[in-house]
Amino acid sequence: MSGHEFETYFEHSGGIDTTDTATAIDETTIAELKQLAGRYPHPPSALLPMLHLVQSVDGRVSPRGVEVCAEILGLTEAQVSGVATFYTMYKRHPAGKHHLGVCTTALCAVMGGDALLQTVEDKLGIKPDETTSDGLFSLERVECNAACDFAPVMMVNWEFMDNMTPDKAIALLDDLAAGKEVHPTRGAALTSWKDNERVLAGFNDGRADEGVSAGEASLRGVEIARERGWTAGAPDERN
Amino acid sequence: MTDLLSPVLTRNWGHDRSWTLDSYRSDGGYEGLRKALTMTPEEVVTEVKDAQLRGRGGAGFPTGTKWSFVPQDNPNPKYLVVNGDESEPGTCKDIPLLMASPHTLVEGIIISAYAIHCHTAFVYIRGEVVHPIRRMQRAVEEAYEAGLLGENILGSGYDLDIVVHAGAGAYICGEETALLNSLEGKRGQPRLRPPFPAVAGLYASPTVVNNVESIASVPSILRNGKDWYAGMGTEKSKGFTIYSLSGHVANPGQFEAPLGITMRQLIDLAGGIRSGHELKFFTPGGSSTPILTAEHLDVVMDFESLAAVGTMLGTKAMQIFDETVSVVRTTLRWVEFYKHESCGKCTPCREGTWWLVQLLTKLEAGQGQEGDIEKLLSICDDITGKSFCTLAEGAVACVTSAVKHFRDEFEIGYHTPAWEHLPYEKSALFAVAPQGAAA
Repeated sequence: MSGHEFETYFEHSGGIDTTDTATAIDETTIAELKQLAGRYPHPPSALLPMLHLVQSVDGRVSPRGVEVCAEILGLTEAQVSGVATFYTMYKRHPAGKHHLGVCTTALCAVMGGDALLQTVEDKLGIKPDETTSDGLFSLERVECNAACDFAPVMMVNWEFMDNMTPDKAIALLDDLAAGKEVHPTRGAALTSWKDNERVLAGFNDGRADEGVSAGEASLRGVEIARERGWTAGAPDERN
Repeated sequence: MTDLLSPVLTRNWGHDRSWTLDSYRSDGGYEGLRKALTMTPEEVVTEVKDAQLRGRGGAGFPTGTKWSFVPQDNPNPKYLVVNGDESEPGTCKDIPLLMASPHTLVEGIIISAYAIHCHTAFVYIRGEVVHPIRRMQRAVEEAYEAGLLGENILGSGYDLDIVVHAGAGAYICGEETALLNSLEGKRGQPRLRPPFPAVAGLYASPTVVNNVESIASVPSILRNGKDWYAGMGTEKSKGFTIYSLSGHVANPGQFEAPLGITMRQLIDLAGGIRSGHELKFFTPGGSSTPILTAEHLDVVMDFESLAAVGTMLGTKAMQIFDETVSVVRTTLRWVEFYKHESCGKCTPCREGTWWLVQLLTKLEAGQGQEGDIEKLLSICDDITGKSFCTLAEGAVACVTSAVKHFRDEFEIGYHTPAWEHLPYEKSALFAVAPQGAAA
């Protein structure tokens, strides 16, 4: 191999943290988990939503969460753990109240995402996959989050913070730390990562009406067409 | 003669409260459904087939034809699964659609499900986008309240339920068989085909998996007719589609146009390359499609023309990079993406992407050595065509196309770090400290 030593890839082979048995899962949670299982023709289909719900209660995929999902769905705990460790959104250690994601896939990285990540790391004193000691923030280096026309992009609790700059990121972190109300560029006012995990589980929080319909970049073409009178020539064209 | 831009799916995105049923209905929403319900399911399939709608998720397979593969004599339930796992780097059209006009998708789902005799449909949306999921959940609730979902839809006797399902972070779940495994509550790893999902998909039952944009295009076809739809586009690539421009253009964004527009026209609409700079390279359809350069500006952006220049229309995600950008850097980042997202099932992809990252990391740092480019290409050759799914092909395409167009830059990696050759701070949109020392 002319000099290069290739390493084998076992970087992320860790499983669920079974040493941390703390849990807040109670009868209400179990009833809601069963409700999710009942939404699908085949209950095991509910496993991903159920794990989101576990995280919304325990702040991570807890051993108790694995146990109750397995019980309800008739799976083994190994099967549930195998699924939980496959998907990056499932956390093996407690995430912060606010979970931050900075996109560093090629396009965002080039346009400033790398510098943004550095800014956030320096400001919070943590590295990706770590949580601040006060439990307020956790950080993740995310892959492309489908908002490339708003690059560079940051996510907070999986809400969009578009067209980010280091100054904006610092102001955002200061505001969140001070408990101020913060609005994403497209989305509902930030509450917590746990609250949004509950939405992902399938329990709508009634906040669909918050925020804009679309960002400026999303409307770029439609605005040009409006100015120039361009249409798709449909028989029912209404605007 | 059609106009350069043709807003259909994006037309209502800026409307007041565009995500609500009231707003959608005031703009002609659900009229396509009313029309479909006066037709037989088979007539709906024929209408979409004749419109020549092709899948908008990357592969471009004819949508109506896919529907016609569902064996109606199979006694199992038929399922429709909408692929909203939008994760291909550069791709950013389905998420804004879900956020701005979820009812377009709900209407498309009802019509499409009706066409294939399906009574339970799923929308699988990547988990990392809460607000579009919230809006989709609410749209489905509103549709139930209005009698557009549930039993006896609009008095037609047709029943349909929709389940909105959030993923949990895995690019591979955009691959349709991996998505089905994920939706069954398993690890998202691709299945061997055949059997194809149309025959044995979700719960081993006949299943159609379509991209969000494909299904969202259906209501307009029903409302305005197949001839209107097929009247736009090129010979084999009919209709309109959403082109997503990102990167070093003055005004990035979504541009909905008839198939057949050129990259030069699209970049012009986006205000040109950012001031004082020039185009270096771009992806035509996401990072999995081989990159192109300024010499390809006049290529027609349809399925056939892009195939003719050795690449693909893919998801129509044009990531545009100017002359400040190191192609070695972007290639490494893309391959790091594929390494991270490889599901681990096939050895050539799991190990090969890992090896590519190691080689490219050395080349980026100026620590490559003579023969590394050949080794890169050799590893690519060992990956391509030797894995279950096309994730591996995408990982290889970004490497081989970059070497093809910019081999000299990889050779510079034998002695000079990429950040010295092309200082990284020049590519950023804001002032940043010179990078490299810490890299």
